[in-house]
Amino acid sequence: MTTAPHWFMLTVVGKDRPAIVARITAALYDGGCNLGEASMTRLGGNFTVMLMVQYAGNTAALENTSAPVCESLGLKLHVDKIEGQLHRHPEADVHIRVFGADRAGIVAQVTTVLADAGLDILDLQSDVAGTEDKPIYIMQIEGRALQGVAALESAVQILDGKGIEVQLEPIDLMLG
Amino acid sequence: MLQILTYPDERLERISQPVEHFDDELRNFIVDLEATMRAGPGGVGIAAPQTGRLQRIVIVDVSSKPKIRHHGRLVLINPEIITWEGHVLGREGCMSVPDYTGNVVRAERITLEARDESGALLRHELEGYEARAVQHEIDHLDGLLFLDRLVSRRNDLFRRKHYQKTADA
Repeated sequence: MTTAPHWFMLTVVGKDRPAIVARITAALYDGGCNLGEASMTRLGGNFTVMLMVQYAGNTAALENTSAPVCESLGLKLHVDKIEGQLHRHPEADVHIRVFGADRAGIVAQVTTVLADAGLDILDLQSDVAGTEDKPIYIMQIEGRALQGVAALESAVQILDGKGIEVQLEPIDLMLG
Repeated sequence: MLQILTYPDERLERISQPVEHFDDELRNFIVDLEATMRAGPGGVGIAAPQTGRLQRIVIVDVSSKPKIRHHGRLVLINPEIITWEGHVLGREGCMSVPDYTGNVVRAERITLEARDESGALLRHELEGYEARAVQHEIDHLDGLLFLDRLVSRRNDLFRRKHYQKTADA
């Protein structure tokens, strides 16, 4: 079924191996898709990607277009019709680093205090590094300080030093 | 007001020529160039080739930024960076590349020689945010965009000590 092009979010996860992005995107291109923004990363050895896909058909038709390549690579596929917009990037004005000995609850504790101080998270990435007996948790956040950077700096002071390091840098965008 | 060229306009990739005549025509152009810079929200610098004039002319004014050392409005004609010192990562955007920002490594301090609108040769010592703006604009004169210098946004390369130094300045 062909309709006006619409945005979909395609999520693919599974065991990582080389050339997955090339195989999936070639199949989508051959199927008449246009790609928008995308985020691919490896999480715990798994391949993960979220892809904005513009497609002139319904969800089932896009699933049919993308399922064969995903199955051949042993990957799980999920397709959602979304309201997508390009050319609407809000600018992050703070970069926050968090690291410490890994334990349950770091993300919830940190993000709750920061959210209360007006942080709108635009990007968050975290890793568990170190060794199995001494794991280290490392998180990087970029976002907008909706109540001002000073409010977030106060929040960071509350969080910092209680078994975790929390550091905030303002991002001074230079627009030339 | 002048029109800002946007990527992938091929004129943005050309090398600009030195200014030879410091006349009223040049000064009138600089008035228009500055008005164009100030019309863009948040714009702190502009280079002549961004408007299609392939001459080595840059304007920078970072005085709107709080708590930094700066020299106010700088008109830099035929600018040459004489010395570089240190390096620091920062976030840049460009009127010629709408809706995208990225991390770029720049020298933390530079010494610059440039002529002003009257043709007088001046030497400037610049640092931090102002030095970044000037390096970004001089790149335009050599056909380079910040896209040519992007480093990963995924890795935290911010140098805390460098930032504190800048904030204390």
